[in-house]
Amino acid sequence: MVYLDANASEPLRPEAKAAMAAAFEVTGNPSSVHAAGRAVRRLLEDARERIAARFGVRDQDVVFTSGGTEADALAVHALGLDRRIIVCATEHDAVRAAAPCAAVLPVDRRGVADLDALRGWLASGPPALVCLMLANNETGTIQPVAEAAALCRAHGAQLHVDAVQAAGRIAVDRAALGCHSIALSAHKMGGPAGVGALLLSPELSTIVPLIAGGGQERGRRGGTPALPAIAGFAAVCELGADQARLAALRDRAEAAAVRHGAVVCGGGASRLANTTSLALPGVRADAQVIALDLDGIAVSAGAACSSGKVQTSHVLTAMGLGALSGQAIRVSLPWNVTDDAIDAFEAAYARMAARPRPALVPPPLVPAGA
Amino acid sequence: MSGGVDSSVAAGLLHEQGHEVIGVTLQLYDHGAATGRKGACCAGQDIHDARRVADRLGIAHYVIDAEERFARAVIADFADSYAAGETPVPCIRCNQSVKFADLTALAAGLGAERLATGHYVRRVDGPDGAELHRAVDPERDQSWFLFATTREQLERCLFPLGGMPDKRTVRLEAARLGLAVAEKPDSQDICFVPSGSYAEVVGRLRPDALEPGDIVTRDGAVVGRHDGVARFTVGQSKRLGAAAMAGGERQMVVATEPGTRRVVVGPRRVSTFEVRLREVNWLVSPAAGPVRCAVRLRARDMPRPAVVEARDDGAVVLLDEPALPAPGQACVFYDGDRVLGGGFITRPAT
Repeated sequence: MVYLDANASEPLRPEAKAAMAAAFEVTGNPSSVHAAGRAVRRLLEDARERIAARFGVRDQDVVFTSGGTEADALAVHALGLDRRIIVCATEHDAVRAAAPCAAVLPVDRRGVADLDALRGWLASGPPALVCLMLANNETGTIQPVAEAAALCRAHGAQLHVDAVQAAGRIAVDRAALGCHSIALSAHKMGGPAGVGALLLSPELSTIVPLIAGGGQERGRRGGTPALPAIAGFAAVCELGADQARLAALRDRAEAAAVRHGAVVCGGGASRLANTTSLALPGVRADAQVIALDLDGIAVSAGAACSSGKVQTSHVLTAMGLGALSGQAIRVSLPWNVTDDAIDAFEAAYARMAARPRPALVPPPLVPAGA
Repeated sequence: MSGGVDSSVAAGLLHEQGHEVIGVTLQLYDHGAATGRKGACCAGQDIHDARRVADRLGIAHYVIDAEERFARAVIADFADSYAAGETPVPCIRCNQSVKFADLTALAAGLGAERLATGHYVRRVDGPDGAELHRAVDPERDQSWFLFATTREQLERCLFPLGGMPDKRTVRLEAARLGLAVAEKPDSQDICFVPSGSYAEVVGRLRPDALEPGDIVTRDGAVVGRHDGVARFTVGQSKRLGAAAMAGGERQMVVATEPGTRRVVVGPRRVSTFEVRLREVNWLVSPAAGPVRCAVRLRARDMPRPAVVEARDDGAVVLLDEPALPAPGQACVFYDGDRVLGGGFITRPAT
């Protein structure tokens, strides 16, 4: 199988596996007073310092969570308290579902947030929490986060940044971005699933927890930290892939698809090097994903709900792509992608594009009583 | 693969025979919304069951979102049909659209040679191509529901359960194949009306079909009131109140008139020899003249001797013995076990 679905989950890095294997050997709970507790606590704090240094925050500003979704939910819950909430139209469901009543900031056809609209919204009204992701999971579009952060700070607003897809692929530095919080997920960086973090700016030293529990993480997230997973997270946080190589392979895959009739969604924007969103006009996204899967190529489309059905992409809809929103697949190259994998993708895409296109909407039935 | 025992066994048997089997489950409606349970997942237990069967067999499995298409082609048609004074058969509409039309197209698009389902019918390869025959088990036969399958679609179809002697054998096969759904109860009634109140579903889409009106005799005399034409079907004697008896004779619905919102009642002897059909599908080359055959006017109806004649806009059926056909139901033509074709019963011209 050729795995081109890194944005769903990156393949586990050997460094993460080794760090987790070592951490499994350590018995204890970091809250315990005894020597075993201290040993575990040391591993935990070593991991925290490494992650803090990597992303430009103080170690006490790292809150470990169960993943990106919890980090986003915690940010909206804590930073959004008594504030009106503005979310970008292309945010991940982790943010959208946490703020169902939020005002929705539009994007242009490339998927870039409309900062002029944001400026207007921030100029009047009560203090706001703005949620703007650094890089989009479906298109790879990179948002002007530093600019948005400056806008927010000028108007007394706070900015939460979902950097789940950006981390490990482009620079993510809290101080440089100027935002108030950042959500991370380890398995999108080649670490294990089930762990992530919320990074906070120094002025947010205390926040209201979602889960109070035993007061772990300085009262910001209850529950015994998942130490082996956190060790795996820390082990990958400094690793990167050769982005120029990924971009060259991505561009090659993209060019091949375009030759067979594909349209690149968000092509004009500054994008992650590993991601492309390819619409094949007239062919349902789920049919494309199935055809490629049966041909040994793993890609995805839109957001799959727990039923497994492929839904029309809210990201592409927000970009004004209309019918194409239901006809696009996401190809995302993992850190260990090979040239052969792209050759295989090109061949499979050509075979798929040449297949008869299932007309899934045949002529309407004769209405009753006709 | 619905997640039920039939389609699971169909997949299991083909897999066992060495075919490359690809499982597809249709997400037809939001299960959480349909059952009215807040926060419930849009996918019911059935999708989970189908996926676990595919896991067990070691075959690929996909969930296709057919909600929009199903809402239009099946649920809206269901409500519109009631509002038009008919008694629809949503399972036929579903087979006609999301199942056999869309899935044969999907199969072709994926390079699959056949579409297999767990329906109880037999495909027999005759001199002129694939023929549709009744299942071996008369209790389970579903040929009436599949009359609208086109000849092109039928050529692409396989029905591995058509030859099963009975349901017990199918369940034993499921157990032999190690499928957890072996003892799963059969699905009941209409899938998108899990609460059992179809009138509620109709009323949500077509409130006019649940507006009260008069119960009248064929002469127009008002003999009672009713609570919506959608609650009545031709041949029904329930829900008529005092209008259920007249002159010591049991009365039944002989027509519903959506325009005037009237339900017309009469004695059982009000029946007809002639039935007109629309949207006729022929599974044989239609003869130039009348065809003698047996017809079934309802899903569980007995075969009735009749003569069918194709017309440009459908067909006319002349029954040997009069009957009380319900508009909107199917009239399916049989030569013994073989399905010759069928169509939808129209409302008589008034």
